[in-house]
Amino acid sequence: MSGGGLAALLTALLALAVFSVRALAAVDERNPIGRFGTPLLFGAWVLVFWQALTQAFEVPQVLLPAPSLIGRALVASFGVLMSDFNQTVLHSVLIGLVVGCALGFATGVLIDRSPFLQRGFLPIAALASTVPLIGIAPIMVMWFGFDWHSKAAVVVVMTFFPMLVNTLAGLAESGHMERDLMRSYGAGYWRTLLALRIPVALPFVFNALKVNSTLAMIGAIVAEFFGSPTSGLGFRISTEAARLNMGLVWAAILVAALAGSLLYGLLGWIERRATFWHPSIRTSA
Amino acid sequence: MASTEAVAPRAPIAPGAASSIDAAWARIGPVLAVLAILIALWYAAAVGLNAAQVIERTLSSQPGWGFADLVKLTLSMDRPVLPAPHQIALDLFDSVFGWPLDSPRNLLFHAAVTSSATLLGFVMGTALGALLAVAIVHSRTLERSLFPWVIASQTVPVLAIAPIVIVILGSLGLTGVFPKAIISMYLCFFPVAVALVKGLRSPGVLELELLRTYAASKKHTFWKVRVPASLPFLFPSLRVGIAAGLVGAIVGELPTGAQAGLGARLLTGSYYGNTVQIWSALVMSALLGLALTGCVALAERLLTPGGKR
Amino acid sequence: MRNPPSAAAASTTTVDIQQVSVVYPAAEHTVTALDKVSLTIHEGEFVSLIGPSGCGKTTLLRVIADLEQVTSGNVRVNGLTPQEARLARSYGYVFQAPALFPWRTVLANVCLPLEIHGIEKDAARRTALQHLERVGLKGFEGKYPWQLSGGMQQRVSIARALGFEPKLLMMDEPFGALDEITRDRLNEQLLRLWERERRTVVFVTHSIPEAVFLSSRIVVMSPRPGRIVDVIESDLPADRTLDIRDTAQFTDIAHRVRVALREGHGEH
Repeated sequence: MSGGGLAALLTALLALAVFSVRALAAVDERNPIGRFGTPLLFGAWVLVFWQALTQAFEVPQVLLPAPSLIGRALVASFGVLMSDFNQTVLHSVLIGLVVGCALGFATGVLIDRSPFLQRGFLPIAALASTVPLIGIAPIMVMWFGFDWHSKAAVVVVMTFFPMLVNTLAGLAESGHMERDLMRSYGAGYWRTLLALRIPVALPFVFNALKVNSTLAMIGAIVAEFFGSPTSGLGFRISTEAARLNMGLVWAAILVAALAGSLLYGLLGWIERRATFWHPSIRTSA
Repeated sequence: MASTEAVAPRAPIAPGAASSIDAAWARIGPVLAVLAILIALWYAAAVGLNAAQVIERTLSSQPGWGFADLVKLTLSMDRPVLPAPHQIALDLFDSVFGWPLDSPRNLLFHAAVTSSATLLGFVMGTALGALLAVAIVHSRTLERSLFPWVIASQTVPVLAIAPIVIVILGSLGLTGVFPKAIISMYLCFFPVAVALVKGLRSPGVLELELLRTYAASKKHTFWKVRVPASLPFLFPSLRVGIAAGLVGAIVGELPTGAQAGLGARLLTGSYYGNTVQIWSALVMSALLGLALTGCVALAERLLTPGGKR
Repeated sequence: MRNPPSAAAASTTTVDIQQVSVVYPAAEHTVTALDKVSLTIHEGEFVSLIGPSGCGKTTLLRVIADLEQVTSGNVRVNGLTPQEARLARSYGYVFQAPALFPWRTVLANVCLPLEIHGIEKDAARRTALQHLERVGLKGFEGKYPWQLSGGMQQRVSIARALGFEPKLLMMDEPFGALDEITRDRLNEQLLRLWERERRTVVFVTHSIPEAVFLSSRIVVMSPRPGRIVDVIESDLPADRTLDIRDTAQFTDIAHRVRVALREGHGEH
């Protein structure tokens, strides 16, 4: 295609893209077509231009592969990517997330009874979020070996503190009146915890769960950059990048991105069902 | 923070703190106590985890050894499974004060390398995030088409892209600080953009209508109402952003076997099995993280009018 | 859980308050919420505690309920200390706000005290449904608290307080947050309930018409320090309706309450 013809086509496409996205954006927000269609259409146009520009200008694969190339790599290496997914997401991420959050929650419940311990732990937990905890990955590898166990250990450490902080905040959230009510029933500490304080804490716990799901994905993948067996999404990304096999690298990133959003979405779905009563969930429904 | 009162009745108000020293002690005391407990547990763990190696290598050839010998040896190994706190502290001290500042044996040198990438990325990321936020707030189209992607991208493990960035920029001939800064920038950008959009949109209908009665232009509204209202949202996100940027810079040092920077130090430590070196680098990273976040918090204090937070 | 001593031993005195003081040691000066207050409440009475903010009426109620500690003095509920009475679940308490748990349905909320008491699930449900019917909320069992109006929520809270049929009901400005029309309706319903069941009720309120309408005895309190200024017996006829508020007898009693309130207020 000649230079002039190409420029004309691209300009026309651009005009069409801008026009269509603006039109959809003007649709009323409550209409699902407007709400979901606009970002989706935007994304679709991005793909179109991505493909067109990389092909037309013959952008080297190393710099930016065309979507079609990524698609082909995804299909061709599907089995490999699925076993990577299994290693990283189903083992390192999920197991680490469950253990880390459970430990954080249990610790929160345990030190809830002691304001002294709370005052001691909370500043430390707050500081932990400013520290690059991912750095413990090599130490975990040294202790737990190269397999997913060391990555899960990294995830446990990273997810522990946000869950601890949020559990404590949630447990403090129940009102004086409700606690007096339980007291007037002669209810003891554990009964009040189960019937009142934990339900009230749930929105906070889910908040931490959602944040932790992202941290877990990052932790597991980056921990694999430090040294991994022969599978795992992080391993795949770093080794294929070193081999300049960019199609597969981007395909692996796509799988990681999808896994991350799906996990977050799943947690959001559970949250909406478990905390249906909370004003923030009620009004957004 | 309320305490758990299902068992004890609400007692009459306790006497207020008699002096500010009491108040300060009440705040620091528990932290120090918990830290002391944690350090004690660390020592116990060090003895426990190193015991097997020590027994196998040294003590088995020394008949009649006692617990004191075990403790002494486990806390002074060359390549321990878990170094004792004082070993790490000594290594850190040696490295920082025992070598000139531009020597690769000095951890501060590595800290400087990593923090330069972090700060550069932080500045770029904040600027970009701010620009995007302003654009989104003023353009309905961008808000409906692009912003959902920005929010959704927060659920994606962005750091996975680090190796690609290094490779791509490397193939363009860009190495050193710049690729790492790009990764940091990418990580700072999201929390800042999301927080600023929220903050710039936070002024209520009342404030905005007030400015309309003054026939204020959009620019006026922006600078006099939206920007001040967005500051309480901006600063927490800056703290998150710089911490994320630090992680990005460290991770950026991993893929290409860089020689300088804390991430590189962690990596070489793990290659050579030098546990004390790994832990020192880790402690230095933690200190760097605290320092950077502290700087942002300090800036926040100085820049917030009236000290209101 | 202990068994309370037999009712006969306590005769008809349900709540006995002797020289009770509650003092809060604050930084600059101590706050005397209650200053040697004495009061006896007999079985089946409807006693209102009325007074301005800070007069100690809520503190007194909470002391009886074992939600606050006395600094000195003696409180006996059915012959037991407040703590024993609380653990024996001898009373029901209604707060200023409904304090319903939003994750439980209306029925589940009313069942809450029964669950804690260890009552078997089906029996608890049946009892709860009965209580809901008594407060006029039959058919709303499956709703969630946020789906009901303020007045209805407070009615659920009362049904819940009736949970294990306590002889003593304590209510802390339960209708204060509602609009006047709803308030009137609920006052009437509460009076009918009391007449039917003759529980002992201790009722804290700000409102003179409410106190006069509902009570058999009105205790006027005043602040700084918290103390009882006057106790006014009400001889309004039973089976009264809201119309009685326009009669001379009602106005007379209300006037006496107002005078006592002004006295207490003017003393400092």
